[in-house]
Amino acid sequence: MRGPLSDLPLVLEGVSLQAGATTILDRICLTIAPGAPTLIVGPNGSGKTSLLRLCMGLAAPTSGRISWGSRTDPTPTRRAFVFQRPVMLRRAAAANVTYALAQAGAPRSQRTVRAAALLGRVGLANRAQRPARLLSGGEQQRLALARALARDPELLLLDEPTANLDPAATRAVEEIVLAAAQSGIKIVMASHDLGQVRRLAGEVLFLARGRLCERAGTSDFLDHPSTPEARAFLRGDLVI
Amino acid sequence: MASRRSFVALAILLGIASVSASSFAEDRAIVVASTTSTQDSGLFAYLLPIFKAKTGIEVKVIAQGTGQALDTARRGDADVVFVHAKPQEEKFLAEGHGVKRFDVMYNDFLLIGPKSDPAGVKGKDIAAALRAIAAKDAPFISRGDRSGTHAAELALWKEAGVDIAAAKGPWYREIGQGMGAALNTASAMSGYVLSDRGTWISFRNRGDLDIVVEGDMRLFNQYGAMLVNPEKHPSVKKELGQAFVDWLISPEGQAAIAGYQIDGQQLFVPDADKKGS
Amino acid sequence: MIRPILTACCVLDRKKAKVGSQSRKTITEEGLHLLARRLAVACYSIGTMPDHLSALQLILTGDPALIAIVRLSLGVSFAAVVLAAAIGMPIGALLALTKFPGRTILVVLLNAMMGLPPVVVGLALYLLLSRSGPLGDLGILFTPTAMVVAQTVLILPIIAALTRQTVEDLWVEYRDELSAMNVAAVGRMTTLLWDARFSLLTALLAGFGRAAAEVGAVMIVGGNIDGFTRTMTTAVALETSKGNLPLAMGLGAVLILIVLAINAIAWGTGVWSQRLTG
Repeated sequence: MRGPLSDLPLVLEGVSLQAGATTILDRICLTIAPGAPTLIVGPNGSGKTSLLRLCMGLAAPTSGRISWGSRTDPTPTRRAFVFQRPVMLRRAAAANVTYALAQAGAPRSQRTVRAAALLGRVGLANRAQRPARLLSGGEQQRLALARALARDPELLLLDEPTANLDPAATRAVEEIVLAAAQSGIKIVMASHDLGQVRRLAGEVLFLARGRLCERAGTSDFLDHPSTPEARAFLRGDLVI
Repeated sequence: MASRRSFVALAILLGIASVSASSFAEDRAIVVASTTSTQDSGLFAYLLPIFKAKTGIEVKVIAQGTGQALDTARRGDADVVFVHAKPQEEKFLAEGHGVKRFDVMYNDFLLIGPKSDPAGVKGKDIAAALRAIAAKDAPFISRGDRSGTHAAELALWKEAGVDIAAAKGPWYREIGQGMGAALNTASAMSGYVLSDRGTWISFRNRGDLDIVVEGDMRLFNQYGAMLVNPEKHPSVKKELGQAFVDWLISPEGQAAIAGYQIDGQQLFVPDADKKGS
Repeated sequence: MIRPILTACCVLDRKKAKVGSQSRKTITEEGLHLLARRLAVACYSIGTMPDHLSALQLILTGDPALIAIVRLSLGVSFAAVVLAAAIGMPIGALLALTKFPGRTILVVLLNAMMGLPPVVVGLALYLLLSRSGPLGDLGILFTPTAMVVAQTVLILPIIAALTRQTVEDLWVEYRDELSAMNVAAVGRMTTLLWDARFSLLTALLAGFGRAAAEVGAVMIVGGNIDGFTRTMTTAVALETSKGNLPLAMGLGAVLILIVLAINAIAWGTGVWSQRLTG
């Protein structure tokens, strides 16, 4: 079913993304290997979302090469994605998770049990039979996490998952992400919240105008940024 | 998931069951192509249960105009034809589509028109009446559908010396529909129409229409029945179809035909002579 | 002779069912029992409806011919909807989700076919199913089966086209998530069809409405045979041509009320389900 294939290390070589005349990403060279969470920061329009989508394989680069564990086939084997606004299937929460399990190839007999475990892991055990579309924003995002974790990923990509959530929900999501990181899953997450970066990140990727400007450990980046764009960004200036 | 699947299965089963129940009697059933006048007059509704009670054969009647009924039989889609246009029936026989033609019953045609009688035809014979209608351009409704009634109407125009193909104008309305529809139209337009007595008696939407000419010998309307030739159309149910034709011309069937009445009036006169042609 | 027998049967049944002076609520239950019993009677079909009774009187006495006609109408249309959905929804979903050369033409064609003239469909099928036609050996001309086929052909484009539009719209919303979950092509179709079920219900109702209302196709391929292929619409056409206009109008009203009731029930079920599942 799912063999010993791995999606890591994720390697981007000279990856560019064009949309017509606009350059969204400009010659990105990047290697993601197992380890502490990597957070991607940058101003709006810097290409964070596009970079994540390319890493997932949802889009193809205009030029350059992406490989997952030295394979270039974009079919996601052991990686998962959490979107900023999750789309819930029109069924119960538990059914959403069993759906994800089924798509990931889990045998039918195991699905109910594993779904219950996943719901417990994200704190939605008491919401199992509730229609997913009737859950609150924070609950839906946690359910999206459960769906992602159902794929038993090595690599979990998240696109500003707490951007629309209140602090309590944000904390719940961050706890789940940290727990996932501690269990060995490589986290790559876009964030707009520097506090979140400080709480979660092992290293930071800073994007500006489609270029990978800086890559450093969290405290190095936050306290001693080396590029002018990063310094401007951390000061709170608009980086145009 | 499981409940969804079983719902779909149930829906499909219900759908099939609800239509299959209606066709359970396929084995002892025949299709008879007949005319709208026999249907609209209610004759079949009266006759067929009697036949079924005696033989257990279900008769399914397709009511079309004579021409269309004979065409249906030519395609092999009917087992028996029961129509009223002798020339067309004899042509059908000559083409080899029918086995033998039997006279079954007759009634007569009537000229129906508005009580106000704008063409002044009341009291005339049919030929004179038609001439008057053509002369005065009074509204006239024609079946226009190659039915027995339509054929009779065209023959009567010829008899009256009116070349209807040349003489027809906006006053002559060909509607291409059955007898009931023609009467409805005549009623709505206060026009004249040729109808068989059976349909007229059972017709309910008369408006200000009434009989204006009747009793003329030329208005005689003969009905005949034929079994469709099984040698030409192997799907024809030979025994069952023949049973129906035989019953129609038997003393029982003939008595049943004579027994059909509306408001005390007999609609059809049985006249089978069993010899056939 | 038939009419006294009919009236006698009705009186007898009424006594058995104890309908008489009962209140409206229990009449529905008794009506269902009556319907079940009349199923057998209707199959033997005593004959045409007595035409001196009004449509209301026929309903109240539970005239077997009327019930047989209603049952056939609903059965044929319902079967056609089920068949058209089984074929049309996958086609619509496929069209929505796959790109291939000529797709646009196919979509336009499908939309145009929603306006197929029923009588033309009936005629085409008649020529196919006639004994002297290519499919004559099936022997289904002038049977309810042919009517189901005709109506399925008529409403298939409606259901397929509306499904295509609905699924296409939903795909815009679901595309990222389903791609991220690596859902295969067939899985996408079934997932989107199920998630779009409330919108698709409207498509089904549209199909049902068209099927129940049409008269041209079923008249030609069914033959309007008394007791076998006579539906509500062909019965209205027949009674009109016999000049029984009040009866025809009454039957028409019955048909409209039945279709209205079905729509109301379907809508109510949909709204209630939607409230439960969000």
